[in-house]
Amino acid sequence: MQTPSSKPGLDWAAIAIWTIATLITATFCCILLDILWHGLGQLSWEFLTTAPANAGRDGGINSILVSTGLILLVCLSVSIPLGVGTAIFLAEFARGNPQFSRWVRRSLDILAGVPSIVFGLFGYAFFVQRLGLGFSILSGGLTLACMVLPILIRAAEEGFRAVPDGYRLGAASLGLSRWGTLQQVLLPSAMPGLVVGLVLGIGRAMAETAALIFTSGYVDRMPGSVWDSGRSLSIHIFDLSMNVPGGEQQAYGSALVLILLLIVINSFASWVAQRYQLGL
Amino acid sequence: MTALDTYSQTEHPEASHTQAVAELIQADSLSLHYGKTIAFSEVSLGLGAGEITAIVGPSGCGKSSFLMCLNRLTDLVPEAEVTGRLSWGNWDLLHPKLDTTRLRRRVGMILQKPNPFPLSIWKNLAFPLAEHGIKQRAEQQQRIELALQEVGLWDEVKDRLRSSALQLSGGQQQRLCLARALVLQPEVLLMDEPCSALDPISSRRVEELVLGMRGRYTVAIVTHNLAQAKRLADQTAVFWTETAGGKLIELGATTQIFEAPQHPLTQDYVRGLQG
Repeated sequence: MQTPSSKPGLDWAAIAIWTIATLITATFCCILLDILWHGLGQLSWEFLTTAPANAGRDGGINSILVSTGLILLVCLSVSIPLGVGTAIFLAEFARGNPQFSRWVRRSLDILAGVPSIVFGLFGYAFFVQRLGLGFSILSGGLTLACMVLPILIRAAEEGFRAVPDGYRLGAASLGLSRWGTLQQVLLPSAMPGLVVGLVLGIGRAMAETAALIFTSGYVDRMPGSVWDSGRSLSIHIFDLSMNVPGGEQQAYGSALVLILLLIVINSFASWVAQRYQLGL
Repeated sequence: MTALDTYSQTEHPEASHTQAVAELIQADSLSLHYGKTIAFSEVSLGLGAGEITAIVGPSGCGKSSFLMCLNRLTDLVPEAEVTGRLSWGNWDLLHPKLDTTRLRRRVGMILQKPNPFPLSIWKNLAFPLAEHGIKQRAEQQQRIELALQEVGLWDEVKDRLRSSALQLSGGQQQRLCLARALVLQPEVLLMDEPCSALDPISSRRVEELVLGMRGRYTVAIVTHNLAQAKRLADQTAVFWTETAGGKLIELGATTQIFEAPQHPLTQDYVRGLQG
């Protein structure tokens, strides 16, 4: 008698799984190589530091980078405190009220799945018109914050739930305050979850175009403040490749910058988290 | 009398060991419920000042839950309800308005699994001190050094106080947790199987530390290791599981519990036939 696992021949399940994994990786590599191939030639210090000219066909992307940075800054400075606060509430304080936290969670999951164009329309109706913020980096950043929040909260909450109960028991048995425990013990140990949430959130925010077209607008001038309209990198790429004949090379260059930025931000976030987590 | 009735000291005058010292912490008919589940019921037990009390018995008989009542960690469990009386001198430990921060400063606790905070060794001790109002660097320094020396960790870690406590070995971590409790200068130490996650050598070191505490701290130690209870404890309490949760079936001087147990279940238990 032979057991199924020792049967010679092809293991179709393994082949299927390997094929799928290879296909996905290959697709990703294709895109990356394509961008590298076409974009590397564009990349230069000058490209990063000069203003776009001729609808983006010439010049660089300095104003675009500044706008992107500002939009991200607005988005994160709103979504991190709100998101981490909500996650702390759900994971640490709402344990006695499971009904309520279930509703909060369900709403977040639905929000996380809402298409970005809907967020864009909401941002336009609420921030741009109702609150009178106009087409501005502020409106765009706030709209992105709404989009990023559900992802950030859920990941951060998982982070807090993964903290061993021994820390909470240990802190309580030492008579430590809840606030002190949260600050000194729970936050550092929940860091991996927070960083995952943050990285996913930043990724979503940086890649977003639809929600921004209606809110931060797409003027490619250098913004003077967050009240100005500004064009993010992703919108710049979209505009160059869709609306500007002859803008492809610049679009590739911008795409490469976007990817490099994401890689840098991700590595920096995990480096910070690792140091913080070890209590250094 | 059912088989599970408590054989208390009053019924057995030969077990008069603990009566010589003023009892410090006294539980009377103490019961703990988690919702409808009974953790233990009707436990009457005194922890003598400066003595080591071992609490032994099979799993799930409410030993750890009993410890959690003594520093009011039961407050953290939403459904936990403690009834009966629990006093420390004139202090009613079950009073709803009890200052638990003060109580927990005076009653330290060590858990089974070492749980140093994910901070540096120094911060593990300095953080509780700061939380309890000791923020002066010099006093922190002095207390931390003293606590680490007391658990025999000072020489091992004095050159790397700023490195993460998580990089220590399991035994070192447990001794750090002990130091973290001692740095607050408690009077009582509750230990929930402090050695069961450690290797034999680390386990012996912790045991030696506990022995050294006799006379200086009131210690209650939950253990599965009967030999350990025999080596350490002045007084031993035997808990047993009944259909309706845990009960204290016998309480007495350790020598009496191991050499002349009264309760039939204790007799089997200490001979290794039960539990």
